[in-house]
Amino acid sequence: MTFMRPVSFVLASALWLPLAAQAQQQLVPAQSEIGFVSRQMGVPVEGKFKTFSAQVAFDPAKPAASNIAFTVDTGSATLGVRETDVELPKPIWFNVAQFPKATFQSSSVKRVDASKFEVAGKLTIKGVSSDVVVPVTLAQSGTTTTATGSFPIKRLTFRIGEKEWSDTSMVADEVQVKFKIALTGVGKL
Amino acid sequence: MKASSAFAPACGPTSYTAGVNSTPALRYHPVSVLLHWVLGLALIGLFAVGLYMTDLPFSPQRLKLYNWHKWAGVTLLALSAFRLIWRLTHRPPALPVAIESAMPGWQKLAHHATHHGLYLLFFAVPLLGWAYSSAAGFPIVLFGVLPLPDFVPVSEELAELIKPLHKLSAFAMMALVLLHVAGALKHQLVDRDGLIARMGFGRR
Repeated sequence: MTFMRPVSFVLASALWLPLAAQAQQQLVPAQSEIGFVSRQMGVPVEGKFKTFSAQVAFDPAKPAASNIAFTVDTGSATLGVRETDVELPKPIWFNVAQFPKATFQSSSVKRVDASKFEVAGKLTIKGVSSDVVVPVTLAQSGTTTTATGSFPIKRLTFRIGEKEWSDTSMVADEVQVKFKIALTGVGKL
Repeated sequence: MKASSAFAPACGPTSYTAGVNSTPALRYHPVSVLLHWVLGLALIGLFAVGLYMTDLPFSPQRLKLYNWHKWAGVTLLALSAFRLIWRLTHRPPALPVAIESAMPGWQKLAHHATHHGLYLLFFAVPLLGWAYSSAAGFPIVLFGVLPLPDFVPVSEELAELIKPLHKLSAFAMMALVLLHVAGALKHQLVDRDGLIARMGFGRR
Protein backbone atom coordinates (compact mmCIF):
# COMPACT_ATOMS: atom_id res chain seq x y z
CA MET A 1 0.00 0.00 0.00
CA THR A 2 2.99 2.30 0.34
CA PHE A 3 3.02 3.18 -3.35
CA MET A 4 -0.39 4.78 -2.91
CA ARG A 5 1.04 7.58 -0.81
CA PRO A 6 3.33 9.04 -3.48
CA VAL A 7 0.58 8.50 -6.08
CA SER A 8 -2.01 10.28 -4.00
CA PHE A 9 0.50 13.00 -3.31
CA VAL A 10 1.07 13.52 -7.02
CA LEU A 11 -2.69 13.49 -7.68
CA ALA A 12 -3.26 15.98 -4.89
CA SER A 13 -0.49 18.26 -6.21
CA ALA A 14 -1.95 18.07 -9.71
CA LEU A 15 -5.16 19.56 -8.37
CA TRP A 16 -3.18 22.55 -7.15
CA LEU A 17 -1.27 23.13 -10.40
CA PRO A 18 -3.71 25.42 -12.21
CA LEU A 19 -4.18 27.41 -9.00
CA ALA A 20 -0.41 27.61 -8.43
CA ALA A 21 -0.13 29.68 -11.61
CA GLN A 22 -2.27 32.36 -9.98
CA ALA A 23 -0.60 32.00 -6.59
CA GLN A 24 1.28 34.80 -4.95
CA GLN A 25 5.06 34.86 -5.16
CA GLN A 26 7.01 35.60 -2.02
CA LEU A 27 9.39 38.49 -1.61
CA VAL A 28 12.82 37.67 -0.17
CA PRO A 29 13.54 40.94 1.66
CA ALA A 30 17.14 40.05 2.55
CA GLN A 31 18.04 39.85 -1.14
CA SER A 32 15.92 42.78 -2.27
CA GLU A 33 16.58 46.47 -2.53
CA ILE A 34 14.68 49.54 -3.61
CA GLY A 35 16.99 52.49 -4.03
CA PHE A 36 17.29 55.80 -5.78
CA VAL A 37 19.97 58.15 -7.06
CA SER A 38 19.52 61.90 -6.86
CA ARG A 39 21.91 64.52 -8.22
CA GLN A 40 22.92 67.35 -5.91
CA MET A 41 24.85 70.03 -7.79
CA GLY A 42 26.14 67.31 -10.10
CA VAL A 43 26.99 64.91 -7.28
CA PRO A 44 25.22 61.52 -7.52
CA VAL A 45 23.88 60.64 -4.08
CA GLU A 46 22.56 57.13 -3.49
CA GLY A 47 19.73 56.36 -1.14
CA LYS A 48 17.35 53.53 -0.43
CA PHE A 49 14.18 52.50 1.36
CA LYS A 50 14.90 49.97 4.07
CA THR A 51 11.32 48.78 4.51
CA PHE A 52 8.97 47.67 1.77
CA SER A 53 6.62 44.83 0.91
CA ALA A 54 5.42 43.29 -2.31
CA GLN A 55 2.25 41.59 -3.46
CA VAL A 56 3.15 39.77 -6.64
CA ALA A 57 0.96 37.41 -8.66
CA PHE A 58 3.11 36.85 -11.72
CA ASP A 59 3.05 34.10 -14.35
CA PRO A 60 5.77 34.36 -17.01
CA ALA A 61 3.63 32.21 -19.31
CA LYS A 62 0.65 34.57 -18.93
CA PRO A 63 2.08 37.96 -18.13
CA ALA A 64 -1.10 39.83 -19.00
CA ALA A 65 -2.90 38.12 -16.13
CA SER A 66 -0.28 39.24 -13.64
CA ASN A 67 -0.72 41.69 -10.83
CA ILE A 68 2.23 43.43 -9.20
CA ALA A 69 1.99 45.79 -6.27
CA PHE A 70 4.55 47.34 -3.93
CA THR A 71 4.21 49.25 -0.70
CA VAL A 72 7.17 51.28 0.55
CA ASP A 73 7.57 52.85 4.00
CA THR A 74 8.58 56.42 3.18
CA GLY A 75 9.94 56.78 6.72
CA SER A 76 12.54 54.14 5.92
CA ALA A 77 14.32 56.35 3.39
CA THR A 78 18.02 56.82 4.05
CA LEU A 79 20.96 58.53 2.31
CA GLY A 80 23.44 56.99 4.73
CA VAL A 81 24.15 60.28 6.48
CA ARG A 82 22.39 60.79 9.79
CA GLU A 83 22.08 64.57 9.61
CA THR A 84 20.45 64.37 6.19
CA ASP A 85 18.22 61.39 7.07
CA VAL A 86 16.46 63.33 9.82
CA GLU A 87 15.32 65.83 7.20
CA LEU A 88 13.68 63.31 4.84
CA PRO A 89 10.53 62.66 6.91
CA LYS A 90 9.74 66.37 7.14
CA PRO A 91 6.77 67.89 5.23
CA ILE A 92 9.07 69.58 2.73
CA TRP A 93 10.40 66.16 1.65
CA PHE A 94 8.45 62.92 2.10
CA ASN A 95 6.02 64.21 4.76
CA VAL A 96 5.99 60.80 6.40
CA ALA A 97 3.44 61.82 9.03
CA GLN A 98 0.78 62.44 6.40
CA PHE A 99 1.95 59.99 3.73
CA PRO A 100 3.63 57.04 5.44
CA LYS A 101 3.41 54.78 2.37
CA ALA A 102 4.36 55.07 -1.26
CA THR A 103 2.75 52.52 -3.58
CA PHE A 104 3.06 51.02 -7.01
CA GLN A 105 0.15 49.21 -8.64
CA SER A 106 0.58 47.55 -12.02
CA SER A 107 -2.03 47.97 -14.72
CA SER A 108 -0.41 45.82 -17.40
CA VAL A 109 2.52 43.47 -17.81
CA LYS A 110 4.03 42.80 -21.24
CA ARG A 111 6.72 40.36 -22.21
CA VAL A 112 9.44 41.91 -24.38
CA ASP A 113 11.75 38.92 -24.79
CA ALA A 114 13.02 35.86 -22.96
CA SER A 115 14.03 37.73 -19.84
CA LYS A 116 12.65 41.25 -20.29
CA PHE A 117 9.24 42.53 -19.31
CA GLU A 118 7.51 45.87 -19.26
CA VAL A 119 5.33 46.71 -16.29
CA ALA A 120 3.04 49.70 -16.66
CA GLY A 121 1.33 51.06 -13.59
CA LYS A 122 0.60 53.86 -11.17
CA LEU A 123 3.20 55.20 -8.79
CA THR A 124 1.77 57.09 -5.83
CA ILE A 125 4.05 59.14 -3.55
CA LYS A 126 3.05 61.89 -1.15
CA GLY A 127 -0.54 61.76 -2.36
CA VAL A 128 0.34 62.26 -6.03
CA SER A 129 -0.20 59.50 -8.62
CA SER A 130 1.70 59.27 -11.85
CA ASP A 131 1.82 56.67 -14.59
CA VAL A 132 5.12 54.93 -15.10
CA VAL A 133 6.45 52.18 -17.34
CA VAL A 134 9.05 50.05 -15.64
CA PRO A 135 11.45 47.87 -17.66
CA VAL A 136 12.21 44.68 -15.75
CA THR A 137 14.86 42.05 -16.39
CA LEU A 138 14.36 38.67 -14.78
CA ALA A 139 17.02 36.14 -13.91
CA GLN A 140 16.35 32.75 -12.36
CA SER A 141 18.74 30.87 -10.12
CA GLY A 142 17.42 27.83 -8.33
CA THR A 143 14.14 28.71 -6.66
CA THR A 144 14.82 32.44 -6.65
CA THR A 145 13.89 34.83 -9.42
CA THR A 146 15.49 38.25 -9.32
CA ALA A 147 13.87 41.21 -11.02
CA THR A 148 16.08 44.20 -11.69
CA GLY A 149 15.57 47.50 -13.39
CA SER A 150 15.55 51.23 -13.08
CA PHE A 151 13.37 54.07 -14.21
CA PRO A 152 13.45 57.85 -13.84
CA ILE A 153 10.89 59.89 -11.97
CA LYS A 154 10.55 63.63 -11.59
CA ARG A 155 10.65 64.43 -7.90
CA LEU A 156 8.76 67.71 -8.33
CA THR A 157 5.80 65.78 -9.78
CA PHE A 158 5.50 64.19 -6.37
CA ARG A 159 6.38 67.43 -4.53
CA ILE A 160 9.45 65.81 -2.98
CA GLY A 161 11.62 68.77 -2.02
CA GLU A 162 9.30 71.76 -1.85
CA LYS A 163 9.77 75.51 -1.37
CA GLU A 164 13.47 76.40 -1.32
CA TRP A 165 14.33 72.82 -2.25
CA SER A 166 12.30 72.96 -5.48
CA ASP A 167 15.38 74.61 -7.02
CA THR A 168 16.54 71.96 -9.48
CA SER A 169 20.04 73.40 -9.73
CA MET A 170 20.49 72.25 -6.13
CA VAL A 171 18.81 68.86 -6.43
CA ALA A 172 17.96 67.74 -9.95
CA ASP A 173 14.33 67.04 -10.82
CA GLU A 174 15.14 63.64 -12.27
CA VAL A 175 15.71 60.89 -9.74
CA GLN A 176 16.64 57.40 -10.88
CA VAL A 177 14.76 54.66 -9.03
CA LYS A 178 16.64 51.35 -9.00
CA PHE A 179 15.39 48.03 -7.74
CA LYS A 180 16.50 44.45 -7.24
CA ILE A 181 13.58 42.28 -6.14
CA ALA A 182 14.13 38.65 -5.19
CA LEU A 183 11.06 36.41 -5.37
CA THR A 184 10.37 32.75 -4.79
CA GLY A 185 7.61 30.78 -6.44
CA VAL A 186 7.92 32.25 -9.92
CA GLY A 187 7.22 29.82 -12.76
CA LYS A 188 9.90 28.93 -15.26
CA LEU A 189 10.75 31.80 -17.63
CA MET B 1 53.50 94.57 9.27
CA LYS B 2 54.86 97.67 7.52
CA ALA B 3 58.42 98.88 8.07
CA SER B 4 59.61 101.33 5.52
CA SER B 5 63.06 99.85 5.11
CA ALA B 6 61.83 96.29 4.60
CA PHE B 7 59.86 97.10 1.47
CA ALA B 8 62.32 99.61 0.02
CA PRO B 9 63.52 99.05 -3.54
CA ALA B 10 66.59 96.82 -3.82
CA CYS B 11 69.90 98.53 -3.32
CA GLY B 12 71.76 96.13 -5.56
CA PRO B 13 70.80 93.98 -8.55
CA THR B 14 69.98 90.86 -6.55
CA SER B 15 69.85 91.89 -2.92
CA TYR B 16 68.58 94.51 -0.61
CA THR B 17 69.90 96.03 2.56
CA ALA B 18 67.49 96.36 5.39
CA GLY B 19 67.16 97.06 9.04
CA VAL B 20 69.92 97.37 11.54
CA ASN B 21 71.85 94.40 10.23
CA SER B 22 73.10 95.34 6.80
CA THR B 23 73.44 91.72 5.75
CA PRO B 24 71.98 91.31 2.26
CA ALA B 25 68.98 88.90 2.28
CA LEU B 26 67.89 87.50 -1.04
CA ARG B 27 64.18 87.35 -1.77
CA TYR B 28 62.24 84.24 -2.60
CA HIS B 29 61.53 83.61 -6.26
CA PRO B 30 58.47 85.62 -7.42
CA VAL B 31 56.52 82.42 -8.11
CA SER B 32 57.24 81.24 -4.57
CA VAL B 33 56.09 84.59 -3.23
CA LEU B 34 52.89 84.47 -5.27
CA LEU B 35 52.14 80.89 -4.17
CA HIS B 36 52.79 81.83 -0.56
CA TRP B 37 50.33 84.71 -0.45
CA VAL B 38 47.64 83.20 -2.67
CA LEU B 39 47.64 79.88 -0.84
CA GLY B 40 48.06 81.46 2.59
CA LEU B 41 45.07 83.74 2.19
CA ALA B 42 43.00 81.10 0.40
CA LEU B 43 43.59 78.51 3.10
CA ILE B 44 42.65 80.93 5.86
CA GLY B 45 39.52 81.87 3.91
CA LEU B 46 38.62 78.25 3.34
CA PHE B 47 39.05 77.49 7.03
CA ALA B 48 36.65 80.32 7.84
CA VAL B 49 34.11 78.99 5.33
CA GLY B 50 34.46 75.54 6.86
CA LEU B 51 33.74 76.89 10.33
CA TYR B 52 30.74 78.89 9.11
CA MET B 53 29.17 76.24 6.92
CA THR B 54 29.12 73.48 9.52
CA ASP B 55 26.94 75.66 11.73
CA LEU B 56 24.33 76.33 9.06
CA PRO B 57 20.95 74.64 9.27
CA PHE B 58 20.09 72.11 6.57
CA SER B 59 19.33 74.25 3.52
CA PRO B 60 20.27 74.79 -0.13
CA GLN B 61 22.76 77.47 1.06
CA ARG B 62 24.52 74.88 3.17
CA LEU B 63 24.64 72.43 0.27
CA LYS B 64 26.07 75.14 -1.98
CA LEU B 65 28.75 76.17 0.54
CA TYR B 66 29.75 72.59 1.23
CA ASN B 67 30.30 71.99 -2.48
CA TRP B 68 32.20 75.25 -2.99
CA HIS B 69 34.36 74.38 0.02
CA LYS B 70 35.18 71.00 -1.52
CA TRP B 71 35.87 72.46 -4.97
CA ALA B 72 38.17 75.09 -3.46
CA GLY B 73 39.83 72.47 -1.24
CA VAL B 74 40.65 70.21 -4.18
CA THR B 75 41.89 73.16 -6.23
CA LEU B 76 44.17 74.25 -3.38
CA LEU B 77 45.38 70.67 -3.03
CA ALA B 78 46.45 70.73 -6.68
CA LEU B 79 48.12 74.12 -6.18
CA SER B 80 49.89 72.81 -3.08
CA ALA B 81 51.21 69.89 -5.11
CA PHE B 82 52.55 72.33 -7.67
CA ARG B 83 53.98 74.42 -4.84
CA LEU B 84 55.76 71.41 -3.34
CA ILE B 85 57.33 70.48 -6.65
CA TRP B 86 58.36 74.11 -7.13
CA ARG B 87 59.84 74.21 -3.65
CA LEU B 88 61.80 71.01 -4.21
CA THR B 89 63.22 72.38 -7.44
CA HIS B 90 63.81 75.95 -6.30
CA ARG B 91 65.75 76.19 -3.06
CA PRO B 92 64.77 79.23 -1.06
CA PRO B 93 67.47 81.69 -0.02
CA ALA B 94 69.37 80.59 3.09
CA LEU B 95 68.79 82.47 6.32
CA PRO B 96 71.32 85.28 6.49
CA VAL B 97 74.20 84.32 8.78
CA ALA B 98 73.67 87.25 11.11
CA ILE B 99 70.00 86.44 11.59
CA GLU B 100 70.57 82.74 11.96
CA SER B 101 73.28 83.18 14.57
CA ALA B 102 71.00 85.48 16.52
CA MET B 103 68.33 82.74 16.75
CA PRO B 104 68.57 80.36 19.71
CA GLY B 105 68.46 76.63 18.94
CA TRP B 106 64.82 76.17 19.87
CA GLN B 107 63.80 78.97 17.55
CA LYS B 108 65.62 77.42 14.60
CA LEU B 109 63.85 74.17 15.43
CA ALA B 110 60.50 75.94 15.57
CA HIS B 111 61.29 77.62 12.25
CA HIS B 112 61.87 74.31 10.50
CA ALA B 113 59.15 72.41 12.34
CA THR B 114 56.50 75.01 11.54
CA HIS B 115 57.28 75.05 7.85
CA HIS B 116 57.53 71.28 7.55
CA GLY B 117 54.34 70.92 9.57
CA LEU B 118 52.52 73.33 7.30
CA TYR B 119 53.58 71.47 4.17
CA LEU B 120 52.40 68.21 5.72
CA LEU B 121 49.04 69.72 6.59
CA PHE B 122 48.62 71.35 3.16
CA PHE B 123 48.10 67.77 1.99
CA ALA B 124 46.65 66.04 5.04
CA VAL B 125 43.75 68.48 5.51
CA PRO B 126 42.26 68.35 1.99
CA LEU B 127 42.94 64.62 1.61
CA LEU B 128 41.09 63.94 4.84
CA GLY B 129 38.26 66.16 3.69
CA TRP B 130 38.07 64.35 0.36
CA ALA B 131 38.10 60.97 2.11
CA TYR B 132 35.38 62.07 4.52
CA SER B 133 33.17 63.23 1.66
CA SER B 134 33.69 59.93 -0.19
CA ALA B 135 33.05 57.80 2.87
CA ALA B 136 29.87 59.73 3.61
CA GLY B 137 28.55 58.84 0.16
CA PHE B 138 29.06 62.26 -1.42
CA PRO B 139 31.64 61.86 -4.18
CA ILE B 140 33.25 65.12 -5.22
CA VAL B 141 32.20 66.39 -8.62
CA LEU B 142 34.57 69.27 -9.31
CA PHE B 143 32.68 72.42 -10.26
CA GLY B 144 29.65 70.18 -10.71
CA VAL B 145 31.04 68.62 -13.90
CA LEU B 146 34.21 66.60 -13.25
CA PRO B 147 33.67 63.53 -11.06
CA LEU B 148 36.68 62.79 -8.87
CA PRO B 149 37.46 59.23 -7.75
CA ASP B 150 36.64 57.96 -4.28
CA PHE B 151 39.80 56.54 -2.80
CA VAL B 152 37.99 55.16 0.22
CA PRO B 153 34.80 53.03 0.31
CA VAL B 154 31.39 54.41 1.20
CA SER B 155 30.98 53.59 4.87
CA GLU B 156 29.10 55.40 7.60
CA GLU B 157 31.56 54.10 10.22
CA LEU B 158 34.56 55.29 8.23
CA ALA B 159 32.92 58.69 7.68
CA GLU B 160 32.35 59.08 11.43
CA LEU B 161 36.00 58.19 12.01
CA ILE B 162 37.43 60.64 9.46
CA LYS B 163 35.17 63.61 10.17
CA PRO B 164 36.90 64.77 13.37
CA LEU B 165 40.32 64.22 11.75
CA HIS B 166 39.58 66.70 8.97
CA LYS B 167 38.49 69.26 11.56
CA LEU B 168 41.43 68.60 13.91
CA SER B 169 44.05 68.80 11.17
CA ALA B 170 42.48 72.03 9.87
CA PHE B 171 42.70 73.56 13.34
CA ALA B 172 46.30 72.32 13.63
CA MET B 173 47.12 74.00 10.35
CA MET B 174 45.62 77.28 11.56
CA ALA B 175 47.58 76.97 14.79
CA LEU B 176 50.77 76.66 12.75
CA VAL B 177 49.69 79.59 10.61
CA LEU B 178 49.36 81.69 13.78
CA LEU B 179 52.76 80.50 14.95
CA HIS B 180 54.20 81.32 11.53
CA VAL B 181 52.70 84.83 11.57
CA ALA B 182 53.93 85.32 15.15
CA GLY B 183 57.41 84.33 14.07
CA ALA B 184 57.33 86.71 11.13
CA LEU B 185 56.13 89.56 13.35
CA LYS B 186 58.84 88.75 15.85
CA HIS B 187 61.48 89.17 13.16
CA GLN B 188 59.88 92.34 11.90
CA LEU B 189 58.95 94.14 15.13
CA VAL B 190 61.27 92.67 17.76
CA ASP B 191 64.45 91.74 15.89
CA ARG B 192 63.88 94.40 13.27
CA ASP B 193 65.96 92.34 10.86
CA GLY B 194 63.84 92.92 7.75
CA LEU B 195 63.65 89.17 7.16
CA ILE B 196 60.05 89.17 6.04
CA ALA B 197 60.98 91.24 3.01
CA ARG B 198 62.15 87.96 1.49
CA MET B 199 58.50 87.11 1.02
CA GLY B 200 57.51 90.52 -0.30
CA PHE B 201 56.96 91.67 -3.83
CA GLY B 202 59.55 93.74 -5.58
CA ARG B 203 62.84 93.43 -7.32
CA ARG B 204 64.93 90.51 -6.24
